[in-house]
Amino acid sequence: MTWDISKMDEWTYQQFPPGAVIPDAGNSNDYITGGWRSERPWRSDEKCTQCLLCWIVCPDSSINVADEKVTTFDLDHCKGCGICAQVCPVDAIEMVPEGCELPEVK
Amino acid sequence: MAEHKTLATTGNSVVAEAMRQCKPNVMAAYPITPQTTIVEEFAGFVAKGRTDCEYVTVESEHSAMSACVGASAAGARVMTATSSQGLALMWEELHIAAGMRLPIVMANANRALSAPINIHCDHSDIMGARDTGWVTFFAETAQEAYDNTIMAVRIAEHPDVMLPVMSTLDGFITTHSIDRVDVLDDASVSGFVGEYRPKNPLLNTEAPALHGSFAGLGGPFFEFKRQQREAMESARTVIKQVGDEYAQISGRPFDVIDTWGMDDAETAIVVLGSTAGNARHVARELRAQGEKVGVVKVRVWRPFPYAELAAALKGVKAVAVLDRAESFGAEGGPLFLETRSALYDAEARVPVVGYIYGLGGADVRLELIERVYQDLSDIAAGGVAPGSLVYLGAREEA
Repeated sequence: MTWDISKMDEWTYQQFPPGAVIPDAGNSNDYITGGWRSERPWRSDEKCTQCLLCWIVCPDSSINVADEKVTTFDLDHCKGCGICAQVCPVDAIEMVPEGCELPEVK
Repeated sequence: MAEHKTLATTGNSVVAEAMRQCKPNVMAAYPITPQTTIVEEFAGFVAKGRTDCEYVTVESEHSAMSACVGASAAGARVMTATSSQGLALMWEELHIAAGMRLPIVMANANRALSAPINIHCDHSDIMGARDTGWVTFFAETAQEAYDNTIMAVRIAEHPDVMLPVMSTLDGFITTHSIDRVDVLDDASVSGFVGEYRPKNPLLNTEAPALHGSFAGLGGPFFEFKRQQREAMESARTVIKQVGDEYAQISGRPFDVIDTWGMDDAETAIVVLGSTAGNARHVARELRAQGEKVGVVKVRVWRPFPYAELAAALKGVKAVAVLDRAESFGAEGGPLFLETRSALYDAEARVPVVGYIYGLGGADVRLELIERVYQDLSDIAAGGVAPGSLVYLGAREEA
């Protein structure tokens, strides 16, 4: 079953499954939670040693990795908790307030 | 009509029997006076192999309802029973069970809430659960408690409803007194309630589903509450359908209110639960003296039968509402507030007097009911209504 929730914001009460049941699996990726964030992570490519500790600890699987290297943050799902910045052993990740002039996201 | 046997037994005993006959898959329960003998007798059925229900012994009522919520989401037919402080301890799960649209059936032995500590009948516990979203029945007798429990299963599991249902009976008065009860045979009851076919059971690994999801941060929480309102409104129709069907096997007609003497009554008492019997007894005696008095017993408390109540009270000159629960600071008890609201759209303005009675098991003597009818008779004759609220029978300085 593929449950299309792309227009969920427009659904009437009659269209929701009773009791807030989610009648399909594997669709949490479709639910954008990035809007909850007040700070976003910013990573310095120069400082980063690619230890991948941030990838291990991120509770929202929002550290994008390719060929065993951190590439970008998944800002559709990152809630800005800052754990990645806390654990980084070389201080390569900073938390930058949303709504300010933002450095380029890497 | 189905086969039946007539027993002399208690309300709790026949509620346990009704539950066994409805074949629940899971019961999670914690004992509390005066409900204990329901879960105790049911545990006996489990021990003797008379049911294959999974009986979960838990450490509190909070856990009992939590286990019921989990089991019901898993796809089981689930039942439990509680009372008073136990119902209060379940409070947050009562909302969760209704919000998750889980058709759990629970018996409540109506009992006062502390403080002071008290184990006797009143409706404070159930009125505290009034707005939790459960369909709620009141029983006058052990027979009604038995019938309501069986009907509750069908109502809860109906696709248009899918809400938990509470079947309440008055602590000690109905739970523990020996009463005459007609009990149906097992096959008729299991045929009547049928099998529960859950729509999205958690245990179905072929079709994974999530129960208990999040709907905050601008999400559709408001729309889900609207669904619950709709389900409760649908219950009005479903309760009548199920009541009519049940009457065919039981021979006992069912309606959301029960009226006595209301065809030509000039004054009437509106009441919930066991006190309806006292009211009818006095009304019968007054009728024999030529007084045109009546009684309306409300059998379904949620959804509240406001239209039926207003129709039953049409043409009366004065109404008394007996409340066995307080709503401190409100103009009267919960039933008073509902009744006055139900009568607001009536063509004729009828005086409605609120009485608080029987809190913590205080005796409901016949002379107290006679006093209520006397007050009504005085008001109907043009007298002045007593103050907004009367504590019926409480000792007080004149």
